[in-house]
Amino acid sequence: MRRRGLIVGGLAAVAAAVALAFLVLPVAAIFLRVPPGGLLHQLSSGVVTDALVVSAKTSVIAQALVLLFGTPLAYFLASRRFRGRAFVITLVELPLVLPPAVAGLGLLAAFSRAGLLGTSIPFTQTAVVLAVAFVSSPLYVRQGIAAFEAVDPDVVAASRTLGAGPTKTFFRVVLPLARSGLAAGEALAFARGLGEFGATIMFAGSLQGVTQTLPLAIYEQFAVNLDTAIAMGALLVVVSAALLAFLKVVLTWQPSRRTSSFLFARST
Amino acid sequence: MATLSADFELPLRSFDLRLALEVERTVALVGPSGAGKSSVLRAIAGLVRAKGRIALDDEVWLGPGIDRSPDERRVGLVFQEYALFPHLSVRGNVAYGGKARVDELLERFRVAHLTDARPRELSGGERQRVALARALARDPGVLLLDEPLAALDAHTKAAVRGELQELLAELGLPTLIVTHDYEDAAALAETVGVLVDGELRQLGTPRELVSQPADPFVASFTGANLLHGAVELHDDGVTRVRLASGELVYSTDRADGEVGVVVYPWDVSIGRVHADDSAMNLLRGEVASVAHVGNRVRVRVGPLTAEVTETSAERLDLTVGTRVYASFKATGTRLVPLGGSERIRPQQPASSALSGR
Repeated sequence: MRRRGLIVGGLAAVAAAVALAFLVLPVAAIFLRVPPGGLLHQLSSGVVTDALVVSAKTSVIAQALVLLFGTPLAYFLASRRFRGRAFVITLVELPLVLPPAVAGLGLLAAFSRAGLLGTSIPFTQTAVVLAVAFVSSPLYVRQGIAAFEAVDPDVVAASRTLGAGPTKTFFRVVLPLARSGLAAGEALAFARGLGEFGATIMFAGSLQGVTQTLPLAIYEQFAVNLDTAIAMGALLVVVSAALLAFLKVVLTWQPSRRTSSFLFARST
Repeated sequence: MATLSADFELPLRSFDLRLALEVERTVALVGPSGAGKSSVLRAIAGLVRAKGRIALDDEVWLGPGIDRSPDERRVGLVFQEYALFPHLSVRGNVAYGGKARVDELLERFRVAHLTDARPRELSGGERQRVALARALARDPGVLLLDEPLAALDAHTKAAVRGELQELLAELGLPTLIVTHDYEDAAALAETVGVLVDGELRQLGTPRELVSQPADPFVASFTGANLLHGAVELHDDGVTRVRLASGELVYSTDRADGEVGVVVYPWDVSIGRVHADDSAMNLLRGEVASVAHVGNRVRVRVGPLTAEVTETSAERLDLTVGTRVYASFKATGTRLVPLGGSERIRPQQPASSALSGR
């Protein structure tokens, strides 16, 4: 019996080691292929700086829109109980599970000149912003609903009985208490938006300096100059890792005041 | 002195809350959990939408065509768990209600040294004082206290009860307290109402509730023993009741049919020997439990709880299993009709033991 236990334990340890190595290997390979000095050199090429600017600009605008429109939506869905609420939440979450190509197709069907709204947005930088906002906002809204729902209703009621109207209550009590949960959601949305590929290439194309974001530039460069592609990959790994670290810090900030469900394992 | 008048209806999950009440000084509503006590306070504060009329003197908060929002009703509501703002300091919490008297209130409630502390760093008693200071900073016209003593440990509770008494006298505000503890209610309020299933069963002074309970529930809630039985006969001003357990009990109250015999623990004496006194009701049994409460001792004998002094408990050498006689005077009993109120059979402390035997 004891011996069989040892064998099973050994096999499990090997399986765990294989899984870990599998997850670490591709990321490590990016950094091992080109020396750090070379990475920096590659990053100064025109394609990279153009993509970096497009990515930064569209991400910032898209995430500002996500915060501006997503926060009220999350609060509304968290604080109201109405018929069809579950259905509305499912609609909000749908872009999360939608294949990116379908998301791009949908955006075209809605915004192209022949589409539902008949605009000239496709294949402009605005299209990149919309694609990024479309795929990333559900992450923020979902997390935002959880964060707002976790705010003690009695504390909100206390604010009202102390003479504060709904607006003051929202900005002085609800928002500060939901803050870390909202920040976590926004970090997730930001990371997802930064890596956006499928919907962007269909809806906005891949025009250097206009709509070509880092992931699109990587895809284009890897046929031309693999080292440049790798350098951009390394950059995205660093940014993603930083976002993940930020997320973990935010989520463990105030352990006594849980404002969100844990999407990731806590590091401590 | 201002008067809060409330006369409203509020549908709750399993029953409708109906309440008509005038609060001039301090009124306490007692009742079991789930009786709708907190909902009363929330309706008055405007946190839930009720139908009816709520007014502070001639300032109407709820009425035909009027439904003021919570921030427009001058209430100081102290929540059961205090609901302090966790992200604000003690000063920030108090100042949220109103900035004019912050320092004075911090002093008054002895939390001036905790100005910069966060609520989670405070003890239960300190939290409550901050919550009170915050509610008063808003300069309310009415004070509403939700279970003000429930979240405190027994040691703190006694001290806080005394402080609250003083505070309420000093403020002179119409105050409505809800609590599940009759003793707290009696200690804090001149008028006590018993609320069951959203309905006010009786409203009176603590003394009235004890001496003339309207129904078995009120009786048991005020801490009385309640023995179920049926009236057998009246004779010379004395009513003979046959208890469900078979024993006979005499009362100077007059009633017919199914009755609850109400006896207060402090009217029950415990003896080792058979006291041959015809004015006494006598029940024989084994001591089921002995509990020390302050300098009194609560002794359970069969269906009865008796409260005796520590000295007599020692003299009688009362331990679990001791065979004793519990006696009480016929004049010390009240008979309350059981009739239609059978469905609200009181739970604690008295009635359950009898039905089991």
